[in-house]
Amino acid sequence: MATPSIVDARAIHKHFGALHVLKGVDLKVAERELVFVIGPSGSGKSTLLRCLNRLEEPSSGSIVVDGIDMLDPRTDINHARQRIGMVFQSFNLYPHMTALGNVTLALRKVAGKSRAEADRLGRAALERVGLADRSEHTPGQLSGGQQQRVAIARSIALEPRVMLFDEPTSALDPELVGSVLEVMRSLRMSGMTMIVVSHEMGFARNAADRVVFMDDGLIVEQGAPAEIFEHPAHDRTRAFIGQIQRH
Amino acid sequence: MIQTFFNFDIIVASWPIVMAGLLNTVLLSLIVVPLGLFGGLLLALLASIRHPLVRWPLMAWVDFFRAFPPLVLLILLFAGLPFAGLDLGGFACVAIAFFLNTGAYYGEIFRAGIESIPTGQVEAARSTGLNRLQALGYIVLPQAVRNVMPDLLSNTLEVVKLTSLGSVVAVPELLYQARQAQSLTYNPTPIVVAAIIYFLMLWPLVRLLSRLENRALAGRR
Repeated sequence: MATPSIVDARAIHKHFGALHVLKGVDLKVAERELVFVIGPSGSGKSTLLRCLNRLEEPSSGSIVVDGIDMLDPRTDINHARQRIGMVFQSFNLYPHMTALGNVTLALRKVAGKSRAEADRLGRAALERVGLADRSEHTPGQLSGGQQQRVAIARSIALEPRVMLFDEPTSALDPELVGSVLEVMRSLRMSGMTMIVVSHEMGFARNAADRVVFMDDGLIVEQGAPAEIFEHPAHDRTRAFIGQIQRH
Repeated sequence: MIQTFFNFDIIVASWPIVMAGLLNTVLLSLIVVPLGLFGGLLLALLASIRHPLVRWPLMAWVDFFRAFPPLVLLILLFAGLPFAGLDLGGFACVAIAFFLNTGAYYGEIFRAGIESIPTGQVEAARSTGLNRLQALGYIVLPQAVRNVMPDLLSNTLEVVKLTSLGSVVAVPELLYQARQAQSLTYNPTPIVVAAIIYFLMLWPLVRLLSRLENRALAGRR
């Protein structure tokens, strides 16, 4: 790969007690690349994602994101995390704040923006996800799809260099999935580097640069979407894709 | 009957004494409630550190002071500490005893509130760069306190009532003063007046508590 990697994770191991969840994973992601991570539940794909911004502490290995050594104890992890947006399966919005409040909290308290400046940036972020008119609504007044778009706005408002998506559409009713994928597509168009754990195969097919298949704590194979979906090299990949596509 | 239990002359005569007591009860409550809240919050925050070296002593502490009768604790401090060369006086003993006793209760309430907030919200906050303390202060505590407001208020009611224990160690609060007036006048009227004052003081809180509880029930539906 000619372009330098913005995410460079090497030999990541993660143990939960006796459970060996990641067994030496290497993942490099180039700038502006969209990488899709698929695999059966329990394969370690969410754990891998959560190790990248150190929501989970890897047991061993090295992780460099945008030139910052994430596992160096001298690294200011709170500063580093501003550059890595994360979107969760269950949205995880703050229910006691408005949409704008959700988006501006880190802008004010971490990025040190004034309230006026944070509000301006927050409204711009909400506009990008198509929710400019919902800024004063609380999460409880929004649909699942709208909540997830607010969560995306909360991340992009900080102008991250990489975005991590952990099953962003799995908790949504089918008719609401499209609006979230639409926002992800426009993010991709704007050149955002994205790592997406998801089973939205249609989206993977026409938006991903690369699909990574994980099983049992390891990357089994990876390649262009067409390659992985049409001609998987491994039986495990073939079996998994067969199962997914039967739905 | 009215001459015995609600004697107007005696009300007038004992009024200044009883009012001085009321003032001290209010003062005592204003010291003891924030102290208990502070102690409780401290315990709840310590409880969120899951390290065994913090967890076991903390559990023992909370269990001990919840199981220990506050009156016994108060008398132990008041009568026992002077033997250790520490004569703090009634007021300070009440403050310490309440800090230990009600702090443990408030602590359990705060802990329940904190644990009622999904950890995903904290993870989301941390992922945007907020540190542990900021996530606690901006995300967890505001919601936790709102969720357990009825329990906090209910415990506060108990604490205000318990300030009457101060009478045992000669703190001149409402009950103590009423007892003084009663023994001076040989008439139970001051006690009746004190009872009415307690009721009038706490009844609005009881009403507020009922409303909060009803609202919480409605919110759950």
